[in-house]
Order: sequence, then C-alpha cells, then structure tokens
Amino acid sequence: MSILVNKKSRVVVQGITGSEGTFHTTQMIEYGTNIVAGVTPGKGGTVFQEKIPIFNSVREAVEKTKANVSVIFVPAPFVADAIIEATDAGVNLIVCITEGVPTKDMIKVYDYVQSKNKNGHTVRFIGPNCPGIISPGECKIGIMPGFIHKKGKVGVISRSGTLTYEAVDQLTKLGIGQSTCIGIGGDPVIGTRFLDAIKLFNEDKNTEAILMMGEIGGNAEEEAAYFVKKFVKKPVIGFIAGKTAPPGRRMGHAGAIISGGKGTAAEKIETLTKCGIAVADSPANIGITVKTALEKFKKKQAAKKSPKKKAIKKVIKKQVKKTKSAAKKKRK
Amino acid sequence: MKIHEFQAKSILKKFGVGVQDGIAITSIAEFDDAIQKLKENGATQFVVKSQIHAGGRGKGIVYNKYNRDEVVIEGGVKFFGDNIEKAKDYASKILGNILVTHQTGKEGKEIQTLFIAEGLDYKKELYLGILLDRQNSKNVIMASTEGGVEIEKVAAETPEKIIKVWIEPSIGISSYQARELATGLQLEGNAYKDFLKFIVKLYKAYESTDASLVEINPMVITNDDRILALDAKVNLDDNAVERYPEYYAMRDLNEEDPLEIEASKSNLNYIKLDGNVGCMVNGAGLAMATMDLIKLAGGEPANFLDVGGTASAETVENGFRIILSDKNVKAILINIFGGIVRCDRVATGVVQASRNLNIPVPVVVRLQGTNAGEAKKILDESGLNLISATTLEDAAQKVTMAISGS
Repeated sequence: MSILVNKKSRVVVQGITGSEGTFHTTQMIEYGTNIVAGVTPGKGGTVFQEKIPIFNSVREAVEKTKANVSVIFVPAPFVADAIIEATDAGVNLIVCITEGVPTKDMIKVYDYVQSKNKNGHTVRFIGPNCPGIISPGECKIGIMPGFIHKKGKVGVISRSGTLTYEAVDQLTKLGIGQSTCIGIGGDPVIGTRFLDAIKLFNEDKNTEAILMMGEIGGNAEEEAAYFVKKFVKKPVIGFIAGKTAPPGRRMGHAGAIISGGKGTAAEKIETLTKCGIAVADSPANIGITVKTALEKFKKKQAAKKSPKKKAIKKVIKKQVKKTKSAAKKKRK
Repeated sequence: MKIHEFQAKSILKKFGVGVQDGIAITSIAEFDDAIQKLKENGATQFVVKSQIHAGGRGKGIVYNKYNRDEVVIEGGVKFFGDNIEKAKDYASKILGNILVTHQTGKEGKEIQTLFIAEGLDYKKELYLGILLDRQNSKNVIMASTEGGVEIEKVAAETPEKIIKVWIEPSIGISSYQARELATGLQLEGNAYKDFLKFIVKLYKAYESTDASLVEINPMVITNDDRILALDAKVNLDDNAVERYPEYYAMRDLNEEDPLEIEASKSNLNYIKLDGNVGCMVNGAGLAMATMDLIKLAGGEPANFLDVGGTASAETVENGFRIILSDKNVKAILINIFGGIVRCDRVATGVVQASRNLNIPVPVVVRLQGTNAGEAKKILDESGLNLISATTLEDAAQKVTMAISGS
C-alpha cells in the first residue's frame, strides 16, 4: 500500500529532546507512528514522555529497539554528523527535517551514503529541509499535518512543504487518497531526488498514479521526466511553482534559484509536457488535474480490456497463425 | 551571500591565489594614498573599478544620482595606463553616482566603493569557475579559453570550449585533474606550471570558505607568463556563512533592498518585485505558487514573502507593514495553509494586525487547514475590510475582483 515506510517501520528520533523534536514526536505518536527510541547524547537512560527510551547514540538505539528508520530534528550544524551516525548504525531510512544545512556538508554526506550503498548497505536518506514522509493510515515520519491525508493510490513527491499540503488537501477533498507522500526537500543537494522517488512509485503495485511537484532551480524535474517518458506506464501529473520568480534570486528554498537563465519554470513545464506528464496550469487545479488524468487512464485501460476489442484481437491472432502455418507448409 | 570583487580578492589572496593587486577606497580623499601604496608595490599602470554586486560593469553606464537622465560617463571600469590625473578625475566623477549594467536593472546601483588596482599587461584572457553540479551532487571546475565573455554565452554557442572536471568529495582536487585543465586551456611553459598551483589554491579557497561560487573571469596569462585573477567573484553559502564571522562581516547592506533587510530582522523571507498585488504566505513553495496564482488572476505579484511556520499576530503585522511600504501594492493576498498552526489563531492575528495598522487596500485572506471554518467566521465577523476565501480558486477570483475594483 505504500513505499519506504509503513506500519512496521520502527522509528528512532534524533534530537528528541529539542523543542521541535519533542513537539513533532508527540504528533507522530498521536498519528500512530511506531516511535521506538529517541537519541540525545548525554541524556541516555532517561525516558521521553514516560514511554520512549532515550539513548546516547543511534547505534545503541538500534541494538536495543531494532529501530530501522531515523528521523532527524537536530540543528543544522549537526545534521551531517547525525546522518552519518544513523547510516553507520544500520538504519535503512533516514528522514532529515532540519533546514539550513550548509551545502558543503551535504556533498560529503551524500557521497558517504552512496559509498556505503556500494559496499552492501541499503540506506536511503530523504531531505534535508523537507516535511518528511507519510503513508496515510500507517505512519507519519515528519512534520506534515496528518489529518489532511487519506489512504489511497496516488504517490506524491514534492520539493516543498505547505504546497504539498495544499495539493494533498485538494486530492483528499476530491476523494482521491495517497499511497505515500514524500517531501524530498528544497535544498540543492538532497538524498532522494524526484527520479529516485518516481522509480519507487513505479514499482509499487498499489500506486496507480504519481504527482510530482517541482519548482524553479536545477534540472531534477527534467531528469525524472525523461525517465517517466521511457519507463513509467502509470499516469504522472506535475506542477512547477515559480513561473513569476525573477532570475538570480533565491526564493526561500536554497535550491530555488534560476541561475544563468537555467532552471526556469517555463523550461521545466515544456520538458514535462513533452514527456507526457499532465502539468497543472494553476496551483488551484492540481487536484482536478490528477482526477482528470486518472479518469482518462482508466478509460484507456477499460478500452484495452473491453470484450469487443478482445474478440477482435482473438480473430486477428487466429488469422495470423493460420497464414503463418500455411506459409510454413508451403515452404516444406 | 554576495561580496564585492575587492573582498573576494582579499580572501583569495589569503589562500595564496595570485590576484591583481589593488586597494579599495570609499572617498576620493583616499585616492592618492592608494596610488602611492600601489606604486610602492611596483605598479606603474592603474585601473579604476566600480564595486557593485553585479556583473557587466565595464560595459555599464554611470548616471547622475540626482538627475537620473544625465549620463556622467560610459563604463564602470577603466584602464588609465600611467595617467594618474585622468584616473583620479574619473574616480571622482563616478564615486557616489549610479551604475546601470545589464544585471542591475534600470534602477542601477550606487557606486560607494572603488577598487584602485594595478594595470596589467597580459597575453590572454581565460575563464575559470567552481560551483556545485546539482545533477550529481559534486563540485565541478569549469575552464574555458574564452575568457572575458559570459560563460552562459560560451555554453550556449560553443559548449565544446568548456572543459569540466568533477571533484570527488572524499579526495579533493587531484593533480591529474589540474593538468587536464591546464592542457585544456592550452597553457605552456611557466604559465602551465603556475596554473597547477593556482587551481589547487583556488579550490582550497572555495572549499575552506564554504563558497557556493568562485568565478575568475577573466583569469589572465600575464606578459611574463604568470596566471592571475584579474576579476574575482565569490558567493558564500548563506547556510554556512555565519560559521565565518570574518566573511559574514563582508555583507554590504547598501547593496540590499532596505525592505528586504527590514524583513529579515523580523525573520521574514521577503523579496521585492515590481507588481501590484502583495502576498503573504507560509512556506516557500506555496509562496511561489501564490505569486503564480496572482498572475493567473490578472495581477502581478509585488513580492515573495514567506512568513515561516508560525504566522503569529506579530509576524503578520510585520508582514503587512513591509508589503504596504511598497506604494505599488493595490491589493494583498494572504494565503496560509494551517497544518500544525491553527487557522483560527492566524485569523485572530490578521484581525489584530489589521486593527493596529490602517490598511488602505483590499485584503483577501485565504486560510485552509486546521479550524479553517472558525477562521472564516472570525474574519467575516471582524467588521474589517477583509475578504475571506476558502479554496485557492476562490482566492484567485477575489483577487481579480479586488484589483479591478480599485
């Protein structure tokens, strides 16, 4: 029903005793997420809200509680270390919420995690500067409002936080549920890119359609679009924010910048459309664009499976066989 | 964070990178001293370079600050050979006036600092840039024999003239990569050898300062076969610059929009634009999408404004104040998606802020999420000139009505 995280995910919170960590851990527990441990160096042995054991290190948390997902709320200067620690401790997924991490740190971390994966580990990180990941009805790992989501079959990927909530809200109100929603983050160096997330959704049997919400800066949307064109049979819907953004200015997110005339919304929308992605023209129409794309796809599927066509196909097949065997006989 | 050429060069110099020597002055009274010092260092020719945060200075036009139609002189960078008198005359004319280049927009930028530099005789101009390649999350060094031209132009017209090497994060720049670049730049003899040292030091400077861009355009081969940075542009990573108080002190507030500085003091992320509809939004992605929505509704966004996660009465009030200092604003759209933050609280904040300030333009308030219904009630019953909206569609229509009505 979902990718990366589900009911079975066992979550450790890095930075559980900080104000953000405390607040959102409480929210996550309320949603039903299985939080099994917290980590704050120096506070090992204490207990969070009378039920969650706190450890000094992620390794200890993993050993004692079998945590397999980590969520990071530590301040920006300590994020690189936190991701590396979680990677070494052996969790499979690291979700980094923190905003404002220096790019240099992330280049090193990205490289480190890649090299670990080459050496037989399977670890992925999401973020930084992201709202996290949620599989509605199963578990929420991050800071998104849980109640706007609805369990279902649309996979959502986005570089932004509140814009994702907006889109999810539109979907839910149209009765369209989500399999998993991933906020991949607004920074220039992130652990999971559009392409990675699209591959996962493409392989997930329970995801019927994919919504990707991008914005100005970089060309990760285009990279994903080319993959979609080649390999994805499910309907993919897109939205790109920042049509009116001026060049050379950073629009809030560190990665949202048009530089040297590259990374404009117009450019991205053109590529996405060319690759067969249905792009919503207005942020007000994201939900409805998904709905239309789904209906169109289902109609097509139905047409393919319709008995009339099947019957015609059978007849054609028979005839082809006949002529083939006739040809064989002749040759003999 | 952007810094000036003279600051960039001072950083590079610290890392041993060969740069054109020079002295920054802010008043013409310092001119003679600067020349004297440069002479003592062996300079015989001189260049005067305007220091503003924009490219294209040489081809820019200097306008009178007090009479914007009057052209003072063409060119924001000039070479004077050994004619010090002429150099001084030029410096006194441009200091304090407005330089307009293709990167500044028509408002231009006031020239508050001049870099008085040694004039160099050189054989060739080359290009060198270091930045992040987002596609594979590694730093890339780009070099080209086409120096003195914008690299975007080279990339578009003759991409084969750009040589790139990607730096392994765990290793750093390798000697063979430096040689590859030198060969690609068609360097020979002493220039080749000098470049190998130059590039290693330059990369070190890039890494050690948490720069997001180092661009040397042009990098020159002097007549005596040395490699020098004739110009230098260094951008520092906003997320890291506070790790370096010495570089953070290089921030020049004069180069920034006063409203943007004011906003940053209240922890608001504000960027001024030229339109007529102001907006206030929580979250950067939604803020960009809201700007796009304004355009679709027939308006032009007057700003980008992300109030962040809290959206309290205080932040909303500060937001209003900043948006309203822009006299082009004919209407305001507030778009808050209340997830963790409750909409009724935001609504109370909006009402409070509106009461404290006298807002002369229509305000469309769209609150969605937790307690949106209660929020709408608070707005509708406030008796203020607040137009409440629920969906984005609804908000867009109300913005259209608000601007056509004014």
